[in-house]
Parts: sequence; structure tokens; C-alpha cells
Amino acid sequence: MKVKVLCRNPDDYVRETTRDIQRVPRNYDPTLHPFEVPREYTRALNATKLERVFAKPFVASLDGHRDGISCIAKHAKSLSTVLSGACDGEVKVWNLPRRECVRTIQAHEGFVRGICSRFCGTSFFTVGDDKTIKQWNMEPPGCGVQEEPINTILGKAVVTGIDHHQREATFATCGQTVDIYDEQRSSPIRSFSWGVDSFSCVRYNPVETELLASCASDRSVVLYDMRESTPLRKVVMKLRSNTLCWNPMEAYYFTCSNEDYNLYTYDMRHLKCPVTVHMDHVSAVLDVDYSPTGREFVSASFDKTIRIFPKDKGHSREVYHTKRMQHVICVRWSADNKYVLSGSDEMNIRLWKANASEKLGVLSSREKIAANYNKKLIEKFQHHPQVKRIARHRHLPRDVLKQKKQQREMKEAKRRKEQNVRKHSKPGSVPLVPEKEKHVVAVLE
Amino acid sequence: MAALVEGAAKSAHVERKNQKKPVKRYWEKTEELKNSDQPTSDRSISTENTADRCTSTENTADGSTSTENTGSVKRRKGGQIPSGKKDPFPGEAPIPQEQLQKYQRGSKNNVPKGAQRRLKEAIAWSETVSELAQKQAARYDLLLPEDAGFLEGDEDEDTCRISQEDIADAVDITSGSKYFNLHLSQFGPYRLDYSRTGRHLLLSGKRGHVACIEWQSKNLTCEMNVMETVNDIKWLHTEAMFAVAQKKWLYIYDSEGIELHCVKKFNDVLKMQFLPYHFLLATASATGFLQYLDVSVGKEIAAICTKSGRLDVMSQNPYNAVIHLGHSNGTVSLWSPNQKEPLVKMLCHRGAIRSLTVDKTGTYMVTSGLDRKLKVYDVRAFKPLHSYFLPAGASCLSLSQKGLLSAATGDIVQVYQNVWGGSPVSKPYMAHRVRGQVWGLAYCPFEDVLGVGHGEGFTSMIVPGAGEPNFDALDTNPYRSAKQRQEWEVKALLEKVQPELIGLDPGQLGKVDQASFEQRHKERVDILGYDPLAKEKFKPKAKKKGRSSAGAIEKRKRKVAYEDQRDVIRQNVEEQMKRQKEKSSESQQLGKKSTLDRFRKQDK
Repeated sequence: MKVKVLCRNPDDYVRETTRDIQRVPRNYDPTLHPFEVPREYTRALNATKLERVFAKPFVASLDGHRDGISCIAKHAKSLSTVLSGACDGEVKVWNLPRRECVRTIQAHEGFVRGICSRFCGTSFFTVGDDKTIKQWNMEPPGCGVQEEPINTILGKAVVTGIDHHQREATFATCGQTVDIYDEQRSSPIRSFSWGVDSFSCVRYNPVETELLASCASDRSVVLYDMRESTPLRKVVMKLRSNTLCWNPMEAYYFTCSNEDYNLYTYDMRHLKCPVTVHMDHVSAVLDVDYSPTGREFVSASFDKTIRIFPKDKGHSREVYHTKRMQHVICVRWSADNKYVLSGSDEMNIRLWKANASEKLGVLSSREKIAANYNKKLIEKFQHHPQVKRIARHRHLPRDVLKQKKQQREMKEAKRRKEQNVRKHSKPGSVPLVPEKEKHVVAVLE
Repeated sequence: MAALVEGAAKSAHVERKNQKKPVKRYWEKTEELKNSDQPTSDRSISTENTADRCTSTENTADGSTSTENTGSVKRRKGGQIPSGKKDPFPGEAPIPQEQLQKYQRGSKNNVPKGAQRRLKEAIAWSETVSELAQKQAARYDLLLPEDAGFLEGDEDEDTCRISQEDIADAVDITSGSKYFNLHLSQFGPYRLDYSRTGRHLLLSGKRGHVACIEWQSKNLTCEMNVMETVNDIKWLHTEAMFAVAQKKWLYIYDSEGIELHCVKKFNDVLKMQFLPYHFLLATASATGFLQYLDVSVGKEIAAICTKSGRLDVMSQNPYNAVIHLGHSNGTVSLWSPNQKEPLVKMLCHRGAIRSLTVDKTGTYMVTSGLDRKLKVYDVRAFKPLHSYFLPAGASCLSLSQKGLLSAATGDIVQVYQNVWGGSPVSKPYMAHRVRGQVWGLAYCPFEDVLGVGHGEGFTSMIVPGAGEPNFDALDTNPYRSAKQRQEWEVKALLEKVQPELIGLDPGQLGKVDQASFEQRHKERVDILGYDPLAKEKFKPKAKKKGRSSAGAIEKRKRKVAYEDQRDVIRQNVEEQMKRQKEKSSESQQLGKKSTLDRFRKQDK
């Protein structure tokens, strides 16, 4: 007779001392783990609920400005420094970890229209309603020394925006024309105009560094090459674009925020129709900024909310609002991809988490693993109705909700009317225009 | 010692001229073999040779006669080591096919035709990930610490003739102590239940005796007499609570024997089953009711009137949490708490069902009936596989984790191996006679032990090869501490599966819902109570001055009748007209044809 009976030595399964960690022998045999799918689904549902429970995006409010914020700029090198300009001509430099203002400059008379940091991070430029372009040192002056700009350029007309070149000592401003300045000179080395009376925003392409794009008041977005003397091409839309931002990773895409409540992502090689139309705002969109990964962007709107859109989705994944936040004028995504900064009418700069339910601070490896697992679970079960319902739900202010409903109704009515017109007219005389093509009027070379 | 040293010195003396041999490695043999094959082996030739060897081993494995563990999976060609030696085990270690098979979940997803690039990428990525997971899990099998038990007889020795005493003597002391008898003749026939970890045992005598034992250390945690008839007893999710079906109501006690609840909604309960992942206690009563109690919130989830009399045969399918009930007319019915009718009803025996049990993979069901037959069914296909005739009939059945079937006939407990194998079983694997009529049978999870409750007490039998040797500590850990148990309890409660998800296929949730549009529309209509796609019936406005006569109304109605189908109708009519025209023109042309036309060259 040969016999073997299962007999375990408890020493192999129990920890030796109380200071050890517990032993956890695993056996991955599927028959020992019944109900795999229902249990995983339950976990996914819990993860989705917890994600919503922990979604507390608001981090801090930086107050100190005495008028509405008109522009924000990121420091080119330092994560913790942020510059902001207000409508009373004041510029403040903020330290984000300490959440305090480290420096205040009365830079202009009237609005500070634009602000940008030099690529090396040693100085920054401001433009204002007083027709001047000023360059400031990033280091604060010594004790008792008055704040003086390094350089001041007196322009002929009001300058409304500024952006600095990625590598060279040139910068671009926009006003009645788009001007390219050399830092050493007081007059523009080149200026572009294309039958337009004013521009609201100019941005350098982050990869093809000689390229520029600007938003003009004649409802157009104009592209330039700095090395040429004339603009490259422009696309005219139904309504005016306020600002634009290049995608930092796929720099042939740019997104512009429009007065018609939408944002449009264009491929600069095919301006005929936008790649994606991003809808969700219920009022004019005032500013847009891409995340450094180029996967998402954040937009600020006159409807007192900011929204985060995936770059290729038509609708936002997130909306941030507070009771106190008024019309949001400007918004920036921090360079570490973790935070979003918004400046609004009521004189505050707000710091938000880019991922609302993310835990801040140092995570232990088990926390990281759990977070990743939960993320994957939510992704896996995202199409189940329960999970979808919970993950999609966002609280909206009543006004926004009402307007959203109203606009949906209006849109539906318009669609119905068009359908009826089509039904009662000669076949082919009322063509079906896709949403993307509706908003472009013309492309000019 | 001295001699040894001397010998060593001697050998050194003799073989001094020779080079010192390197330490022999266990792969050396093959290397030498190869060298003998090709004495003038430079690098290129030898690599060829290894390649040949690889393919040759592969061929033998593919021939599938050799049950070699390695070689069934192709090894990647390894890189060369700079010194010129070849890696004897190039590439990653192979995984036996059967192990891979064990961890396979469903078939591969195929990319649908005309899929977009993004979908293609997503499918390909998920396939690679799941393949990697499968491989890693299969590889982990090598690290499992324990092997299953077994019992083999000598030549002309039947394993069923080996007595428990012999086995207990042959094995080590701790295992031998797992064979024991409890003589409890006073409170008569006993039922039993092992906790999920297999550490704790519950005994209940028909006449009210309830005992709770840590059976390996023989430690009595509580003992009492409830002074009432006890029909059945079951552990709840931990060993801190158990449910007792007494004469009238269902009671819940804690491990100290303190009565926690008396659930008066559950009366005359005869049999109980606990569904651990759903935290549901399913009870079958003498009044024909199947009731579900959610023990995590203490709510009755469902009460189903089965309309088939006294329910005293009950079992659960551990794979999908469906309750199997056996009836006196020979049918077995399958129940979920979501449906008032049985999911399935199958006629299994000519007489009443005496006992039934389902294996842990949910594939096989074993039933025994008053017709003295024991039948094995495939419960996925609902087809009988084998039918055995037992002279005395089996009163109790139980299946172990490894698939050993124990059947009690009178006072004899028989254990069968491989009951659902290809050929029917002729004789039992083990047999044991207990002192009284058997009343309850249960295998202890993760142990080679079968508990038998009978008229004269309780017997714990050793059945080698019954239990799963390797447990998963995150699921059930027999060696868990109190702290670990608390943590496990919280986790288990968090991932409690909702009772709505009980159905025949537990993986349903992970599949694509391919309900047709009509079906979905019908469901939507059922939920809403009206048809959202239905058009309002046209109702002509009432007009004055005699223009609302019945005839005028009818005329106006006709104006809008079939408006949505008009386009189609118009098209059809046009097409018909066209066809007719063509026909007529053809016939005209035919009329013009001359006899010489047939020699003309055909157009096409």
C-alpha cells in the first residue's frame, strides 16, 4: 500500500514572528476563483463610486489681485512659479507650493493684455493697454530698489497679446498687426497683416518654431511663417475665435476657442474642416490650453466653468465650477500635468487638480497599484449602464443646466426644421451638411 | 576519515598529468553527445545542430506519445555567449500545454472585418495582455508548494479493502489523527458542515445537540442543546456565525452559542445552503418555499413558492450559485432568486430524488433516487453521462474539491473516483462502515478528510486525494489570523455580488449584449409602459360649416395615410413601370427580329 495524505506544516504558512508580514500563498487556478466576472464588475462599480466620492478637484485659491485676472503665464523652467496679470495693470508672481504672492509689479496703466516668460526663464514680457511692451527680470530687485523693467518698447498701437519664441531671442506681439520683434531692437523686424483690423492672440508653434498662428477679429485664424514676409493661409469661421493653443506633442494640430460656444481642433495642413468640434460650453469660450502630454486640453468659458476635453472627443470629460467663480478669463495647464490654473473676473486665481479624484502627495507602491487597478477596472466596464451612469454624472450650476437644456432644444428644433425643409423641397437641393463643415466659411491661401 | 583522505591523495597522484576536470553539470551529457556527433564543430555548424535538436524534440512532442513536460512549446533560439559556449537553455522556459489550457479563459477575439485601426489595435493589445497573464499564471504552477494525496494498493490489493485504521497507521501522526470517531448516541443522527477554510466543524443532532469544533485540534468552541428538533445547520461567511434550522424558525447563533437572531420569516426549514460570494442563505422548507436571506443586511431577498411539496433535497452549484432542488416526482429543478419559475426542470429519476450534488466547476451533477440509481449529468448541456445501479441506493452524496464522489448506502460510505470519466466506474476507490445510518456527508475543504454524520455520532475519515492541496490565501486561508480574517471580511463584503447577477452563466456580464433591436425595443416598451417610437394616430381637426362631415374627415385622413411609406411605394411602382416598359420594348424588338439575326455576333 502506498499512501500520501495532504499534511501541511503550519510553519510554512504562518509568519514566524509578529514583526514579519503575513504569508499569502497564492493559487491562480480559475476553479478556485468562481464568479470572476461578477466580482470584477462589483469592484469596478465600487471603484467608479469611490472615484466620484473622492472627486474634489479644488486645491487652492490665490487671492491678492485687486481687479479681474486678464492673463496667466507659466514659468518656462520652474514648476512652482506662476505669473499673472490683472485688469488694473498689476502683475503678480506667485509661489504655488506656498500659495502666496512673492512679488507685485505695477507694470502698466490699464489692462495687462498679455504676459509670457522667456524660454530660459530669466525674464518675462508684459504688454498692456498703454501701448508698451516691457521686459522684466524674473529675479526680484534687492531691498529698497524700485521695480524697473529691463527694457521698454513703446508701440504705435495697443498690443493685445504676446508670445516668445522657443529658442531664439525673438518674440511676437499682436494688435492691429502681428509683429515680430528682436529682443535687441525697439522696432519690429517684421509685421504681418491681411486686411484685418485687429488680432486677439498669437502663438508660436512649439515644434516648428518658425510658425505662428493668430486669431483675428474678422473671424479668422491666420498662419504665418516667420521667415516669410506674408502670411501663409487663413481660415475664416462663422464666429470669431478668442484664443488658440498648439498641441505640444502633435504640433500640426491646434485648438481654438470660439465665440459660438465651441472649440475647434484643426490640422494646419487641412484647414477645410476641423478635425474635431468640441461642444459642451454654454457660453463663449475665452481661453484654451493643452496639457503637456498633448492628450487633453482645458478650456475657460464665459459661463463660469472650466472644462477638460480629451483631444479627440467631442464632449468634455470634466467640468469644474464653484459658486464664487465668475467668468473665467484665462486658464493654464501646469507643466507637470497635474494641475490646472484658472483666472477669473472676481480677482482670484484658482488651482485645480487636472484629475479630480487623484490623490496628491507621495503614494506608496500599493496605493499606486490599487489606483492603477481601479482605473483599469473602470475602463474595462465603462460601457455597462450602471458604471457609465455614475462615471458620467456631474453636478452643474442651475444656470448652466438650464441653458444646456435650452440649447439642446434649439438645436433639435433647428434640425427638425431643416429635415422638414429637405422633405418638402426638390431632392438634392438642400444638402446634408455635417456638423464639422458647418462652421468654416472659407480658407484663403 | 583518514582512509578518505588517503584515497583522494592517491587519485591525485595517479592523475596528476591530466587536466583538472571541471565540475560536471547536469546538462553536460547532451553537450558531449553532440560533440561526438560532430567532432569538428565550429560555431556555425553547432548552432545548426542545436536548431536541429530543437526541431527534433518538438517533433517527438508533437507526436504526442511522449509525455515529456518540456519541449511541447517551442523555445526561442538563444543568443551566443561571448566565450563561445552556447546557452544550454536558450529562450524562455517552455510551458506545458495542459497548464496553459487550465488558465485559458474563453477563446481568442478575432478582429472583425472592416474594423477601424483603433479597434484593431485595442483588440490586439488586449490579446497580448491576456496571453501574458495566462502564461505567467501557468508558470506560477511550478511554485505551488503542495502535492495532492493518493492511495495505491499493492498488486492484487484493492484500495477499497484498505481500512481506515491501516491508513491512519501508515501515515504520519498529524494525518493519522484526522481519522477519529465521536460517539454521540444520545441525540441521534447527526448532520455536519465544515467552514469554508476547513478549520471548523459544526455538528447538529436531530434531537437538538449543536456543537462547534475546531476539529484539527479537537477544540470545542461551543456546545449546547437548543431543546428542539434541528433539521439542518450551516456556517455563514465566517466561523463567527452559523445558522440553525430548528423545528419552527431559523436561528442564527454566534460561535459562542449566543442566539443572535430568530428569523421568523423562515419557518419549517429543512435544508439550507450558503452562497458565500453573494452572502445569501438559501433555505428550503417543508411548505415548499425556497427563500433567500441576505446575511449581510438581514433582508429577505426572495421567497419563491416552488409548488412541489416538501423540499428536503437541496444543493448549490458553486460555479454559478444556482440552487438545485430535488423533488419527490424524480425531477430536479434549478432556481435563481430572480425568477419565480425554475430556470430548468429536468426529469432525472423514476422515483423520488434522495440526494444530489454538483461539482465545483459547475459541469457535473450527481443524483441518486429511490429507484436505487446513481446518475451523473452534464449540467451545462443537461445530458446524462453515466448511470450506475447501487443495490441499496445512496442516501447522501458529496463531491470533493478534486472530484471524488462519496455516497452513503445505509451505514456504508463509499468513495468513487472518476465518476464522470470516459468509462463507467466498476468499483469504489474506498469504503468504510460506520456505526449507524449515515445522515450527513461532507468533505473538508483543503484537507483529505471526509466527515460522516450518522446515528451514533460523527466519523472523520481519511480520503487521500480528496482535497485541493494549494489554497489561495486571498480567497480562503485556513491559516489566517484574526486580523487577516477581519480584513478579508471587509474586502468580501465590498465585493459582494448582487443577487440579481445569479444566472446560469456567471460570465454573462463580460459578454457583448447582442440582443436584437426588436428585443431591446420590446424591453424598452415594457419598462416605459408605452412605445416611444410609435407615431400618434392622425386626428383631423374639427372644422365648422359642415366641412367636418364623415366623408370629408375620411378624405383628409387619406391625405396623410402611409406618408412615411409613400417614397418606398412610389419607388416600387416606378420600378414596376420601368420593368413593364422594358418587357414591352423587348417584345417589340423580338417582333422585328429576322431569321438571319441568329448568326449575328452576340453583343456580350
